[in-house]
Amino acid sequence: MPLYFDNAASTPLHASALAAMMPYLSDNYTNPSSIYTPARAARKAIDEARVTVASTINAKPEEIYFTGSGTEAINWAIRGVLEAQAQKGRHVVTTAAEHHATLYTCKHLEKLGYEITYLPVDAEGYVAPEAVSAAIRNDTVLVSIIMANNEVGTIQPMAAIGEITRKAGITLHTDAVQAVGHIQVDVEALQVDILSLSAHKFYGPKGVGAQYIKKGTRIAPLLIGGAQERGRRAGTENVAGIVGLAAALSVSAAEMAGEELRISALRDMLINEILARIPHTRLNGPRTNRLPGNVNVSFSFIEGESLLLHLDMLGCQASTGSACSSGALAPSHVLTAMGLSHELANGAIRFSLGRDNTAQDIDNLMVMLEKSVARLRELSPLYDDFCKNLLVPPTKEA
Amino acid sequence: MEYTEKVMEHFMNPRNVGEIEDASGVGTVGNASCGDIMRVFLKIEDNIITDAKFKTFGCGAAVATSSMATEMVRGLTVQEAMTVTNKAVLEALDGLPAVKTHCSVLAEEALRAALWDYACKNGITIPGLEAPKEDEHGH
Repeated sequence: MPLYFDNAASTPLHASALAAMMPYLSDNYTNPSSIYTPARAARKAIDEARVTVASTINAKPEEIYFTGSGTEAINWAIRGVLEAQAQKGRHVVTTAAEHHATLYTCKHLEKLGYEITYLPVDAEGYVAPEAVSAAIRNDTVLVSIIMANNEVGTIQPMAAIGEITRKAGITLHTDAVQAVGHIQVDVEALQVDILSLSAHKFYGPKGVGAQYIKKGTRIAPLLIGGAQERGRRAGTENVAGIVGLAAALSVSAAEMAGEELRISALRDMLINEILARIPHTRLNGPRTNRLPGNVNVSFSFIEGESLLLHLDMLGCQASTGSACSSGALAPSHVLTAMGLSHELANGAIRFSLGRDNTAQDIDNLMVMLEKSVARLRELSPLYDDFCKNLLVPPTKEA
Repeated sequence: MEYTEKVMEHFMNPRNVGEIEDASGVGTVGNASCGDIMRVFLKIEDNIITDAKFKTFGCGAAVATSSMATEMVRGLTVQEAMTVTNKAVLEALDGLPAVKTHCSVLAEEALRAALWDYACKNGITIPGLEAPKEDEHGH
């Protein structure tokens, strides 16, 4: 069995989700928009899934819309709000530490003539609510901020931000893809208007996400066609996916209280072990107020990809900051936004823990890590120079 | 992005790791901010490369190309070593993903920087060999 530490990239499908999906992958292949009996059963299954999702995040069922992915939900939120509220202006406020789904959508919009403010984050990845307040202008249409960072796990002060945007009458969207199913999410308490989530991050299937849209929020559809999802998201529903999303979410919600504590304890154990046993390492992101399963560490003098490959050959799966950047050469924009030098950003590894991980896994990982890091440092000319006092240890300053 | 078996084999079991105390030529190229640094040590006796070692900070491809390049130059004359180009290293490894091609370029540059160091110390010229670029790898 490989040691899997990449739960922020994707999670294993929960058995109960698979069981719930099976009828819609086999016998019941009907289109839920049709009128006959099995199609009505499929329609009912979607409606029930909507109720489950709504109750998990304290929304109303009619405020939940299913999508084809978290990325689609995020694209829809940003582009749909800009289209529907075009008369208000063309300015968006976001942060420098968003997921690519938000970052690259915003970059694209800049080319189309929109103005985007990328708020800085501090050394632990936090955005200051006062900075959001200060960035809002007369022509600001949307504020979009990631609830919990996918690379370093920082949980943003969304409630404080929600208070500001609600008072200013500006639509607030949050990418909660890493948060939902892992930490408490209450759309009323947070005062968010739109929230995006993705099933495969909480033991559901890939290829399905959902969007919460507060009643009364002005947003245009992204996909145009049939009248599915009450005319707001065209396309035949992914019935199995939707049912699987809801089944996985209800398990995650039911087990959250215990799992959040258990996985946070494993996270802290791993952080403490790495920092204590492997010299010249640095934790990226905060110690507390961090996603339960997220560990992100920079290993000085070695490069992240080579460490990942080494661990992979030993049977351990992890990633650099973001699964989406594998193959990319540039260091993580999140880590550089937090002030890390390119060298430390290049040496960062993310271990993301999930429901299957145990304390024994952490012990096994540590043995592999010590071995791999030592081996790669033996290869490293930077470590050589450091040992011969030719090089000062890298600091976080770029 | 996928590495060939040969790349993975050289990455997991790199040849010629280390340094040569009394090296005839040493070359270092790359920088940490672009993600790769290679340092190549050559021992040259009677115009023949009798030993080659390296230390590399970088990705899997960077380690594999260093390993392969040092393997390829052993036993060659310094003139013959000029045939160990990025393309030759690339072919010997059965190819690299397109985004990693620069690693093979770096391996060639590191080799040539070590040869340049040797040539300067011994007051010789090697046909086709030019001085290493100042900012070794500006991408």
